Amino acid sequence: MATGESEIAVRAEGLVKSFGSTKALDGVDLEIPRGQVLGLLGPNGAGKTTTVRILTTLLRPDAGRAYVAGHDVLGQPAEVRRSISLSGQYAAVDEHLTGAENLYMVGRLYGMSRADARARARELLARFRLTDDSDRPAKGYSGGMRRRLDLAGALVAKPAVVALDEPTTGLDPRSRMDMWEVIGELVEDGTTVLLTTQYLEEADQLADTIMVIDHGKVIARGTADQLKAQVGGERLELVLAEPTDLPLAQQVLADVGSGEPQIDTHTRRAEVLVDTGTKALIEALRRLDQHSVVVNDVALHRPTLDDVFLALTGRAAEEPAQESSKSKKKVKA
Amino acid sequence: MTTLATAPQGGFGGALARTLSDGGTITWRNLMNIRRNPELLLSATVQPIMFVLLFAYVFGGSIGDDPVAYRDFLMGGIFVQTVAFNSAFTVIGMANDLQKGIIDRFRSLPMSNSAVLLGRTLSDLAVTTLGLLVMSLCGLLIGWRIRGSVTDAVLAYLMLLLFAFAMAWVGSLIALISGSVEVAQSAGFIWIFPVTFISTVFVAADRLPGPLQVFAEWNPISALSDSVRSLFGNHQLLPPTDAWPQQNPTLYALISCVVLIAVFMPLAVSKYRKVAAK
Ligand SMILES: Nc1ncnc2c1ncn2[C@@H]1O[C@H](COP(=O)(O)OP(=O)(O)OP(=O)(O)O)[C@@H](O)[C@H]1O
Ligand SMILES: [Mg+2]
Repeated sequence: MATGESEIAVRAEGLVKSFGSTKALDGVDLEIPRGQVLGLLGPNGAGKTTTVRILTTLLRPDAGRAYVAGHDVLGQPAEVRRSISLSGQYAAVDEHLTGAENLYMVGRLYGMSRADARARARELLARFRLTDDSDRPAKGYSGGMRRRLDLAGALVAKPAVVALDEPTTGLDPRSRMDMWEVIGELVEDGTTVLLTTQYLEEADQLADTIMVIDHGKVIARGTADQLKAQVGGERLELVLAEPTDLPLAQQVLADVGSGEPQIDTHTRRAEVLVDTGTKALIEALRRLDQHSVVVNDVALHRPTLDDVFLALTGRAAEEPAQESSKSKKKVKA
Repeated sequence: MTTLATAPQGGFGGALARTLSDGGTITWRNLMNIRRNPELLLSATVQPIMFVLLFAYVFGGSIGDDPVAYRDFLMGGIFVQTVAFNSAFTVIGMANDLQKGIIDRFRSLPMSNSAVLLGRTLSDLAVTTLGLLVMSLCGLLIGWRIRGSVTDAVLAYLMLLLFAFAMAWVGSLIALISGSVEVAQSAGFIWIFPVTFISTVFVAADRLPGPLQVFAEWNPISALSDSVRSLFGNHQLLPPTDAWPQQNPTLYALISCVVLIAVFMPLAVSKYRKVAAK
């Protein structure tokens, strides 16, 4: 590791990359202090994968420079590959090899002895709950198992930096939790992590700092709290049984909320931004109940990626991340 | 933070050792793939049998008067032709590899740049060895015999394998240039037809018209066929012309293989690096 760089594990300056007429990256700067997690947040086509591929030497930028553990991505690719490993958006496993064979192969390609590679494979298979399936070809693995095997492959040589490209996309909630746990363990071990995601909640949970990109440009960076502050708090939404109760609901929401309530008579829906979260929700329900107002549905939405986008760019993300709406806390009334 | 990866040994020796070790790992991976999908071997074994039977019995009587002598003569050419056609397997295998997810893992590892190519060419060499074995057995059934010394026979097989290795590097480059499996599939085959047929695999060079005769005389495939026939002590139904390669087929075939490897190996490796950073 070059001197003076030891506190910064990953640094990129002015990364530019075009594919034909598509400008995938248009001057991206980033910096990850050692042992920290940077969440790279953006919708489809934002340039997340392109950034990750440049930092892992899979792609050459048209302009800009990048360093991993002090090594120049362009000038010292071999050293960079020793310092950073990748778990890509699409699992990089050999379908016909078993889980154990996949990890053994990666270990050997890192220059480990046969015995070391075999032992390390066993260790990782156990850690990723794949021991029972370790002798089955990866072809028969589920999406989540494949994803875990791929991440295990990235961790074979205990790299200083790990890049995870949308590690939980397409996983069921349980697998997602597992993945979060593994990432948490990596961080405890002192690993620096670059994490891309389409879900604010995920970045919120895992990242020390978040960088939002869109169309290859960084449009915001900061901690999760700083970003949410830009978006505003949560959104409280009620659906009433009777449209005639709407004016009353509007008044209640105006009292508990932090903004102007929005009313939709057609869907019998009333909503308002709130700063106090569940407290506002309980207060609103209590008061409506006192007036015997029947509430069919109530939900407290945390800011979604869409909301962040709306707040940051004044327009919706082109391909809204459907999944992020799952992060709302839903209560049936 | 400790790292489990061993530091690279310095110098040319270290790099070479690393390339061989990584190439060996990829070869193992490719062979495991074949073991799990034995049907991949079907074309590699059925195709040579088909060639032997088709040429022996369809063209059997059309060259020379003695069908048994013809079949004895034929095998040398068919060996070489089959090896040439096998390079198409390398093209397809390599093109397939390039579009699989696992290639991203390989590219992001601190492994030797040429290992993926070396592994592919070596595992295809194993497939070709099997093909040669099957073909030899098939040849024995239709009357072909090794009539020369054991040493010469071993030399003949080694020449065929060297040629297979050279052709696999040609195939790798074609796959890297093709850019897609579909393109690779036809690109891998098309050029082999003229190159194998305008040769002395089936006919004497002096029976071909002017420019084609020169091509056939200098075609390494001609030289290799002639060389293999003489090393196996088989009938030489086609008299050589005065051209130098026709007079020194073994030496010329050897030189051709070395030149092919010396040219196509570095070209393929540098192309792999570029494709990797597209
Ligand atoms: N190999 C390529 N050839 C052509 N265009 C590409 C290529 N790779 C990426 N692009 C384009 O570059 C832009 C950024 O792509 P990138 O894959 O980095 O986005 P992303 O943020 O990872 O998106 P997603 O969430 O869909 O994975 C997109 O417009 C994409 O179409
Ligand atoms: Mg992506």
